[in-house]
Amino acid sequence: MTKFDLNGRTVSAHSPDDTPLLWVIRDELGLTGTKFGCGIGFCGACTVHVEGRATRSCITPIAAVAGAKVITIEGLDPQGKHPLQIAWLELQVPQCGYCQPGQIMQAATLLKDFPNPSDSDIDAVMAGSVCRCMTYVRIRKAIKQAATQMRGGAHE
Amino acid sequence: MNSSSDRNSGTDSRKDPKTRRVLIGLLVAVLIVGVGFFVVAWRSSIAPVARPAPGSFSADLVARGEALAAIGHCAACHTRPGGQPFAGGYPLHTAFGIIYGDNISPDPQTGIGAWSLEAFARAMREGVARDGSHLLPAFPYYAFTKLSDDDVKSLYAYLMAQPAVSNAVPVNTIPAPLKIRALQEGWKILFFRSGRFQANPSKSAEWNRGAYLANAVGDCEGCHTPRNVLGAEESKRPYGGSLIEGWIAPAITDANPSPVPWTQDELFTYLRTGVTPLHGAAGNTMALVIRGTLNLPVVPDSDIRAIALYFSEMDHASARANDIEAATQQALATSSLGSGQGNDPDADLYASACMSCHYNRAPTPLAARPELALSSSLRLSEPTNFIQVVLNGVSNAETDNNTEGAAGLVMPAYDSSLTDAEIARLAAYLRRTRTKLPPWNDLEKKVATIRREGPAYH
Repeated sequence: MTKFDLNGRTVSAHSPDDTPLLWVIRDELGLTGTKFGCGIGFCGACTVHVEGRATRSCITPIAAVAGAKVITIEGLDPQGKHPLQIAWLELQVPQCGYCQPGQIMQAATLLKDFPNPSDSDIDAVMAGSVCRCMTYVRIRKAIKQAATQMRGGAHE
Repeated sequence: MNSSSDRNSGTDSRKDPKTRRVLIGLLVAVLIVGVGFFVVAWRSSIAPVARPAPGSFSADLVARGEALAAIGHCAACHTRPGGQPFAGGYPLHTAFGIIYGDNISPDPQTGIGAWSLEAFARAMREGVARDGSHLLPAFPYYAFTKLSDDDVKSLYAYLMAQPAVSNAVPVNTIPAPLKIRALQEGWKILFFRSGRFQANPSKSAEWNRGAYLANAVGDCEGCHTPRNVLGAEESKRPYGGSLIEGWIAPAITDANPSPVPWTQDELFTYLRTGVTPLHGAAGNTMALVIRGTLNLPVVPDSDIRAIALYFSEMDHASARANDIEAATQQALATSSLGSGQGNDPDADLYASACMSCHYNRAPTPLAARPELALSSSLRLSEPTNFIQVVLNGVSNAETDNNTEGAAGLVMPAYDSSLTDAEIARLAAYLRRTRTKLPPWNDLEKKVATIRREGPAYH
């Protein structure tokens, strides 16, 4: 059994130690905002935060997060109003939407590390988050809009 | 019939009185040496005592012992993953078999509760258990022999004040004849010199404190000094680097591969927290030594600073302090390689799998983004550590002895998603673009071997 903190509450997973965190989050704990994409850590759709860091949950064994704080797209902001989420809505970033929870979780770590990201910062950090609908231009725009808002102190 | 043919050929030496005398003489000599060896090897048993009451030791003594036990990371080998502290059972994989750390909790039957201070001191400094049997040199008595009387007393007080846990540890898998305890005396005659720590009067008090903690308490040599075929540390190459539990413990002399020198400040931060922006995060065994041990509040900053000073001098860090900025900027100049449009499939592999976490921008790398161009794993003569990290990732689990890296840092395990060939390509690509060192050989085969052997601690 693995205990960890999921979106602010302590949860226990009964899956075997080598079960991917993604499976536990979706199938055992029922939070389906986080998506299964490639299953090998190469597309970014499954990205969650472990101790505040974007992490590919599809290849992270559940045992590796014992005792850790895990945040999914459902827990990024209690009201779903993280500056990134607001920017995403305002700029109508998603097309099919499947990769977007992962994109937003990765972008949140990006802004924590680089509050005023350059294009090359965005290219490098978002390189592992793939969008089949090619919404990259709007993703970049939304990241910059959220960054501006966050630097203004509206959100932490 | 036989005897006649023997006589004819002249080969029945047993009948030749002269040869016979020589043979008997040899036999007697072997017997004398053999018996003599066992006489020399024999150690008396020290009478058992009633377990000393935990309250019979002063709080100060116990606290000092706690700090020393942390620096000596006793719990690393004497606690099994998920087990009770000091109750033993940790499987140490050696070249000779698995050795299970003994139960050193004060349980009178399965632990050391019946050991007097005298018995404890003899075990620590001479490698002999209370019952007179020789301890295996997996237990670094050859380092602890340098401990001061006061520190042995403090450690004894601390261990005796811990909860007694009844736990019989599994039997070691060391094969005969190596498992014969008396034969350990042979090892001791060859490699062990008993004696207290000798301060170097030409060095500062802080340096000497660091040398004492590193060599008498922490046994840093245990992992960082290469060993000979009999498992003894090679005294001619102290801290020259060694392979331990499937990982390379790098040289921590001036042969250390890190591009940025280990200054006292860098090393202090690393030993205290397990990570620095300029050296990355500790892995595997080193993480065990830091988390839950060196990072405990009970270990005074001054002691960690002393250890850091001792090794920063060994690294000649102050002479290279000017290199820090240049080495850092040179590393950061490569950090965005692989990003953007290109035609290099190896760079694409890197950008998809690694870059979102490992990218940094000048002028400062972030501790939460371990900078690969500054990592020793790309600069060792072998790709061992790089392959280990990629295959097995970095765990955060506090309850697991595999706890690694800095608190909170997790890296996924790529063993199920990358083939041997892909990991080999990543290794070759990073070695090519992030260092100026010659390429590694036989990468794919090395990945396959390490994958087959599995993670060190599971």
